Amino acid sequence: MNKIPSALNLGIRRGGLEIRQFARQRESVVFTLLFPVILLAIFGSVFKDTIAPGVTFSQYFVAGMIASGLVNTGFQSLAITIPMERDVGGLKRLRGTPMPASSYFIGKAILIAASMIIQIALLFGFGLLFFGVEMPTELSKWITFTWLVLLGSACSTALGIAFSIVPKSGRGASAVVSPIVIILQFFSGVFFVFTQLPTWMQQLAAIFPLKWLTQGMRSVFLPDSFGAQEVAKSWETGRTFLILLLWLVIGVFFSVRKFKWDRD
Amino acid sequence: MNVIEVKGLKKSYGPVHAVRGVDLSIPAGEIFALLGPNGAGKTTTVEILEGFRSRDAGQISILGFDPQTQGHAARQWRDRIGIVLQSAADAGDLTVIETVEHFRGYYSKPRNTDEVIAAVGLENKTGALIRNLSGGQRRRLDVALGIIGSPELLFLDEPTTGFDPEARRAFWTLIEQLRGDGTTILLTTHYLDEAEALADRVAVINNGLIVEVSTPAELGGRATSKALVSWRDGSQVKSEESDNPTSVVSRLTTQFGGDIPELSVTRPSLEDIYLKMIGGVDE
Repeated sequence: MNKIPSALNLGIRRGGLEIRQFARQRESVVFTLLFPVILLAIFGSVFKDTIAPGVTFSQYFVAGMIASGLVNTGFQSLAITIPMERDVGGLKRLRGTPMPASSYFIGKAILIAASMIIQIALLFGFGLLFFGVEMPTELSKWITFTWLVLLGSACSTALGIAFSIVPKSGRGASAVVSPIVIILQFFSGVFFVFTQLPTWMQQLAAIFPLKWLTQGMRSVFLPDSFGAQEVAKSWETGRTFLILLLWLVIGVFFSVRKFKWDRD
Repeated sequence: MNVIEVKGLKKSYGPVHAVRGVDLSIPAGEIFALLGPNGAGKTTTVEILEGFRSRDAGQISILGFDPQTQGHAARQWRDRIGIVLQSAADAGDLTVIETVEHFRGYYSKPRNTDEVIAAVGLENKTGALIRNLSGGQRRRLDVALGIIGSPELLFLDEPTTGFDPEARRAFWTLIEQLRGDGTTILLTTHYLDEAEALADRVAVINNGLIVEVSTPAELGGRATSKALVSWRDGSQVKSEESDNPTSVVSRLTTQFGGDIPELSVTRPSLEDIYLKMIGGVDE
């Protein structure tokens, strides 16, 4: 008798299927992938001044946009679309097949990673061409950037899957999830310079991963001298890694233990 | 060994006793229909057997596995069963062939994609997006996804709801083919004629208990129940119940000296028997 396909193998197949399904939803493709670029265009045009010598607001904002792109694409979209899949019975049907839950999760992670790569490429392209965004030149910054994107994407995916158990229906999911993300973006220094926010807001934001992702991205896109202006007077790269890792573990734990395949 | 063996199955939701002690034995290759009104415990029973719900009490063996099995054993079990649920409206942006081909990859010994698509009569729709299929076509795709893994046991939940009569006939032919392949089928349906056409045996469930298990022809004493002979005598319609309607007709033939006006001989339909049974439990 042939063996049942491995969970990883099926996960990769699911990733391909998820990407194909996503690519066919034209409106949502355009909106999801270009949303960060549109925001960069708006904020880059409104705030023309520099926030520190040689640091434009656009430069600061690119860091925030990539970080919040990770949260929008992973956490927000999954916490909204998974309840919708559950509503129409798609998840229950999958539950009735030999495909394991881990393959479904791997498929989602692949979709989110692919979507992030395209978003980042677009953001870099438009940022370089129209908004004078400067790319880092040191290898070490690119290494930081790579693990931030990978870890951030995994963390955001896991938390999105975990949070998908909260909305009772697909229809109500957006109303539950979107405000959380928007508030988190304001608190975490995506739209404003973080150090200018009230202390209580900074402290609240420090519990959640977006603040750390944003700060990590600033360490990539802003000059090192700017690190001294952060709240902790440094980029806190090690702490960022640990906090994101902790949130990843929390997300995976709840995804594996509590995932809901059925409406009731 | 029976494919499905259930003893003393119980399930409550708070104060509601949905299933109050169900026993079932279904041998390999049988098409078994579970009939019952809404709220009788039918869906709960089937969902427990499918592994979607936990139970409060009772022993269950499905192909030798407990449906609550977890981990790798659960995958091995699900590799051998197929489930066609009441409704699934997902994956509208994929084509028929993409979806069937993808699900095929989940199983260790799947059927051929083209053969399965042809078997459910979607061979002219292979490249169509699922969201452009009609309700009946979607339902046939559901069935295709249920049988692509060549299951030994197939759960069919209200498979022909929303079908036109022609599509239902075509669907019944498909089920007969699966029977020919030796697939065991547990069918739940609201259509008594469907149960009669397909099932080797039927069980009637009501108030969480199995009322009777029998062949469709014998359910509720149907085979031995009296026939009703009716005819017109002048301005009156007369009728007579009899164990031996032939002798009644023969007597009437002599009486009328030939044609009996508006003669009919009827036996209770499965539906008559069923309605009597589920009504009778409350009394």
